[in-house]
Amino acid sequence: MNAIVETAWDPSQPIVALRDVHKSFGKLEVLKGISFDVMKGEVVCIIGPSGSGKSTLIRCVNALTPFDAGSIKVEGQEVNVAHLDKLALRKKVGIVFQQYNLFPHKTALENVMMAPVLVLKEPKDEVEARARALIRKVRLEGKEDSYPGELSGGQQQRVAIARSLAMRPDIMLFDEVTAALDPETVKEVLVTIRELAAEGMTCMLVTHEMGFAREIANHIYFTDRGVIVEHGPPATFFTEAKDPRTREFLSQIL
Amino acid sequence: MLQSIQDYFRALAETHPHWNFIYLYDPVQAARIGEGLVMTLELSVLCVLFSVVIGVVGAWLQGSHLTWVRRFVQGYIQFFRNTPPLIQLLFFYFALGQFTPTYSPDGWLEVPVISNVGWAVISLSFFAGAFNVEIFRAGIEAVPESTVEAADSLGMSRLQIYRYVLLPLAFRVSLPALNNNLVNLVKTTTQAIVIAVPELLYQLVSIYNDYSTAQNACMVLMFVVYVVLVGILVMGMSRWERRLRIPGYGG
Repeated sequence: MNAIVETAWDPSQPIVALRDVHKSFGKLEVLKGISFDVMKGEVVCIIGPSGSGKSTLIRCVNALTPFDAGSIKVEGQEVNVAHLDKLALRKKVGIVFQQYNLFPHKTALENVMMAPVLVLKEPKDEVEARARALIRKVRLEGKEDSYPGELSGGQQQRVAIARSLAMRPDIMLFDEVTAALDPETVKEVLVTIRELAAEGMTCMLVTHEMGFAREIANHIYFTDRGVIVEHGPPATFFTEAKDPRTREFLSQIL
Repeated sequence: MLQSIQDYFRALAETHPHWNFIYLYDPVQAARIGEGLVMTLELSVLCVLFSVVIGVVGAWLQGSHLTWVRRFVQGYIQFFRNTPPLIQLLFFYFALGQFTPTYSPDGWLEVPVISNVGWAVISLSFFAGAFNVEIFRAGIEAVPESTVEAADSLGMSRLQIYRYVLLPLAFRVSLPALNNNLVNLVKTTTQAIVIAVPELLYQLVSIYNDYSTAQNACMVLMFVVYVVLVGILVMGMSRWERRLRIPGYGG
């Protein structure tokens, strides 16, 4: 509550607001002025060809990748400042990665418990109860004591989602979370994300799953070569794409 | 039983003067060896512990964002890794030892605050520690950047990431190399003889200086003790390695 009072962010304002975000890696400019808003409870999908800057964009939101110019405000709080309160930002924003990135020396349960115990300093038994509930929620009951190496890709990814949720974030970022999975296990991860979205979690997804994007997104952004080429709600986006680049991309993928 | 063994070796020394196992029948010599063994164990345990601590701290400092801290650690490693431990022992005791304060327990004799045993522990710990820093650094570099990133994105601090993610994973990778280095360290403790640390080698050399016929027997004992001592260390380390093994992770 305090954070909200301090930042004077009111939920009718965008929960994430991007304005003219620029990012270069050396001479390569990967983001050339990206602007859009995400409202609380919205699900936003970012699609586009490989190397179009989608992942970089999403990683800028929780300051995993610093950007060069422009502004990103998360719940009214500017990310692009010299002395950013990273901890406050990361409590608000959870991220799930393509390669799961679980802690291999910790069991599924320990993976989920670690950050709330260490970072939020919450009592262990409380965290454990919540972690067990989260593991049930991602349908991994019985796998609490398994190590990541003993789980399939889809199971690991669901542990990773539970691990992020354990921090009680307001916003979840999904960076191509099904890209490394077998087709059979993609579904079980998507089911989990769908449930989250249905519960009103604000989600930003970078994805290649067009069918899924069409189903759960409130808004779709198509990026290519560092700019947003086209955007719109899924109902119109897939059928009425005007830009030739978007049409070409969609024709290759759908 | 004990009496008959002592009698056998006493007789052996008379019939075969090259094989005088004096420590098996002379309680005074046996006590000297006992003291030496205790000192060797003490040196080994202390140096192993301190060198591992130095390794862990040094590897952490090497990841510092301050250039001078990294340079300092690098300088330390270069110095201790590239010079012989024997010379380090001599230097620490005879050169640095001159500048350490002394105290006088009886009002007559001035005793340095750091004894020769103290210098041996310091010198050998820093010697093996330099290698341990490099060993842990290699282990830390083997941990994928993405795993660290995940911890970072969960709001963990640099110290928490080091303590709970990097170090436990790096440690597992480092264990075989650490194993080797600690074996070397235990063997290197014999070099403390040059600053008159009364460890096992020192005591055995003293014994065969007093009883020249005991030379072969003393050397045999030296080998036996080190085979057993290092054997125990290696066994302990591999048991530890097995205990730390994560199901479904690594080799």
